[in-house]
Amino acid sequence: MNRSIPFQHPDITDEMWSSIEQIIQKNRNKPGSIITVLRECQQVVGYLPVELLDYIGKSMNLAPSEVYGIASFYALFSMKPKGRHTIKLCLGTACYVKGIKEVMARIESSYGVKEGDTSEDRRFSLEAVRCLGACGLAPVMVVNEDTHGGVSSDKVIDILERYQ
Amino acid sequence: MPKLTVDDLKTIKAKHIPRTEFSDKTYLLICGGTGCHATGSISVKDALQKALAEKQLEEKVRVIETGCNGFCAMGPIMVVQPGNIFYQKLSVDDIDELIESHIIGGKPVQRLLYKEPRTKKRIALQTEIPFFANQMPRALRNKGLIDPESLEDYIARDGYLGAAKALLEMSPQQIIEEVKISGLRGRGGAGFPTGLKWEFASKSPGDIKYVLCNADEGDPGAFMDRSILEADPHAVLEGMLIAARAIGASEGVIYARTEYPLAIKRLEIAIAQARENGLLGKDILGSGFSFDISIYQGAGAFVCGEETALMRSIEGKRGMPRPRPPFPAQKGLWEKPTVLNNVETLANIAQIIVNGGAWYASVGTETSKGTKVFALSGDVNNIGLVEVPMGTTLRTLIFDIGGGIPKKRKFKAVQLGGPSGGCVPERYLDTPVDYEAIAKVGAIMGSGGVIVMDEKTCMVDMARFFMEFIQDESCGKCTPCREGTRRLLEILVRICDGQGQPGDIEALEELSQVIRSSSLCGLGQTSPNPVLSTLRYFRDEFEAHIHEKRCPAKRCVALLKFEIDPELCAKCGLCARNCPADAIQWEKKQVARIDKEKCIKCLTCYEKCRFGAIQ
Repeated sequence: MNRSIPFQHPDITDEMWSSIEQIIQKNRNKPGSIITVLRECQQVVGYLPVELLDYIGKSMNLAPSEVYGIASFYALFSMKPKGRHTIKLCLGTACYVKGIKEVMARIESSYGVKEGDTSEDRRFSLEAVRCLGACGLAPVMVVNEDTHGGVSSDKVIDILERYQ
Repeated sequence: MPKLTVDDLKTIKAKHIPRTEFSDKTYLLICGGTGCHATGSISVKDALQKALAEKQLEEKVRVIETGCNGFCAMGPIMVVQPGNIFYQKLSVDDIDELIESHIIGGKPVQRLLYKEPRTKKRIALQTEIPFFANQMPRALRNKGLIDPESLEDYIARDGYLGAAKALLEMSPQQIIEEVKISGLRGRGGAGFPTGLKWEFASKSPGDIKYVLCNADEGDPGAFMDRSILEADPHAVLEGMLIAARAIGASEGVIYARTEYPLAIKRLEIAIAQARENGLLGKDILGSGFSFDISIYQGAGAFVCGEETALMRSIEGKRGMPRPRPPFPAQKGLWEKPTVLNNVETLANIAQIIVNGGAWYASVGTETSKGTKVFALSGDVNNIGLVEVPMGTTLRTLIFDIGGGIPKKRKFKAVQLGGPSGGCVPERYLDTPVDYEAIAKVGAIMGSGGVIVMDEKTCMVDMARFFMEFIQDESCGKCTPCREGTRRLLEILVRICDGQGQPGDIEALEELSQVIRSSSLCGLGQTSPNPVLSTLRYFRDEFEAHIHEKRCPAKRCVALLKFEIDPELCAKCGLCARNCPADAIQWEKKQVARIDKEKCIKCLTCYEKCRFGAIQ
C-alpha cells in the first residue's frame, strides 16, 4: 500500500478513503456540517460503519456519542450494509390507502427479507420510506433510482425479477 | 456577467414575453415534475425533439420542459400552446401521430385528450377540464408555463419585479404593512400571520438575522412544496429576498428534504443564476442591500418541520424541539433573530408586493385570505395539485375538482392536515377551507394534504397507521409524546389484531388528553388527533373491532376469515385468476373456494371481487 489509510475495513476501499478525507477536509471548520459529512460519506461507502463514525468524530473534533446520536436520529443514515438493490416502499398515506402494506407483505414473504433489513444473499435491501410526494402514482416503489408507480401485490414480483 | 438593474429586468421581460405568452411560435410544454418523470416524460421529450428535427420543424416549434403541471395522475402530460390543448398519458409511440395530425395538420389527436370520467367525453382545452377550471393559481401561477431552469422565463412573468419594488421603493415597515394587509397566514400548517411574524423579527435587535425557508415537507400525502420548488424555484428565492429586506437579514437557508432531489437540483440552478445576475449577493439591484441563500439538506426526520427542531438540525445537532419562548424571532438559528416561512407562503410574497396586499385579500373568507394549494390524493379520480380560493368547500375540492371516487365506491372520509390532522366524514363535506372552520370539525388545515378515503378504508387501521408514523417520528425528548404515543399504538395494534378489550376506547381517550396537554412541541400536542378524530366520527368501527371482532371495511387481515360467501359469489372466477398464491379453486359456474393452507392473506381477491363475496 502506497498511502496510509486510517484503518482497514472490508467495505471501505482505498479510493473511498480518499473521498472520505476530502469530505472531512472540506467541512472540518464549518459549524453544523456534521450532517452533511455523514450524508456524503454514506453516499461514498453505501452505509456508515460504526468504526467510520468514530473516525469522523475524531477528525471533526466531536465526541463519538454525539456523532452516533446524530447518525441514529436521522432516518437517512444506516449503520448496516446494503444489498445490491435497494427497494424503497413509500409508506405515505396515499400509498397506504392504495395498498402498499400488501405489497410489503408480498416482498417480505417472497424474498425472505424484513423491512429495514437486507436479504441474506445481499440481493435486496428493503426500506419503508416516508412520503415521496409522488402520490399521483400511488402506491409507489423505488428500486435503486427507478420509480415504479401503481404497484400491486400481484405485479410487484415481476418488476423485482428484473433486478438480479 | 454584469449585475442586473431594474431597467435590465424590464428589457428582459419585454424581450421574453412572446415566449411566455406563446405569440411567436408553437410551444410544446412537457411536464418535468417528479410524477411525470417517473412515468417517462423525459423519453417523450427526447422523442419529440428528435421527430421535430427530422421534420425540420425546430424553427417553428419549441419543446419546453416545465415544472410540475399538477395533474400528476395523468402523466406524462403535455400542453400545446397557443391553443391550450391538453394531452395526457403520452408515450414515445404517440409522437409521430401527434406531430403529423396536430402540429402539421392542426387537428388534435382525440384519443390522447382528457376523458371526463362521468360523461366519458373527451375535452381538449385545459381550461375546460374540471380539474383546472375551478382553480385559482397564485402560488402556482407559473406552473406548467415556464421553464424552471430559465431565469428569463421567470422575469417575463414579472419575476423579481416584487423584489425590485421592495428593495428600491419601500421601507421595511411598508413591506411588513403590505403583507399584514394581505392577511397571508403561514401555509405550513399553523396559520400564524406572516406579517406579524416578520414584524417581531424586524423589531428584535441584532446585526445578524436569518431568513429560513421550511422545505422539509414531511406530511405524508403532501407534495405542494415539492411542486412549487420544481416548477418555480425563483419565486421562493424572491420571497426570501423580500422577507430578508423586511427584517434586515443578510443570510438565508433553505432546509430541504433530501428525498426531493429534483427540487434541490432546480433550487441550486436558480440560486446560481440569481447570484450570477446580481439578484443575490452584494448590493442587489443597486439598492445597497445584500443577501445570500444556501441550501441545507435534511436527513429524514419528520420532527424537523417544527421550527426550533429545524434550526437545531441546521446547527448539526439532533433535531429536537426546545421550549418557547424565546421565540425564533428573538433567538433562532445560532441564537440570532430568525424568520422561518414555508415554501408556499414565500411563493406568494412577490405578488403581494407587486399587486398589493388588498389584491391578495380580495378572495377568501373573513379570517383566511387568498388561496391555498392542496395535494389531492388517495381514492379520488383526479389526483394532483390544486390551488383554490379559501372558502371553497371540501365537496367542491373532492367531487368537482377531484372528480369524485373511482370504481363507483362510496366516499367515507377525507383526511386533512397530515399526522397532526384529522378525518372529516361525509356530513361535514360542505365545510369551507378556512383555518377556523376546519378546526371546528376536528381536523386542521395543515400544509395541504387531502387524502380521500373510500368505503374500503378501515378507520381503526388508519388511526393505527398515523400512530405508527408519529410514534416512529417522536424525537424522544419529552415523556408524554415518547411513551404516550407508544401506548396508544400498542392499544390500536391490539384492536386491529382482534385482541381489543372493553375499556380500550376509554383508555385511548384518556391517554390522548394527557399527551395533548403535556407534550412539549406542536408535534406531540397534536399527535393524538388521528385517534381522537376517528373516534369522534367512527366510534362504531372501533366498537365492532373490539366487541364483535369484526372489521366492517374488511381491511384488518386478522379479523377476516378468508372465506367466500356462496350467496354473494357471482362465480366469475376473477378472484381465482388474480390470486398470486394459486390458493383459490374455481370452475365455470361454480362458487370459488379459498384453500386456507395456501392463502397468503394478501387481499388481492378481496380487492378484485366486485360483489363483496370474500369474508
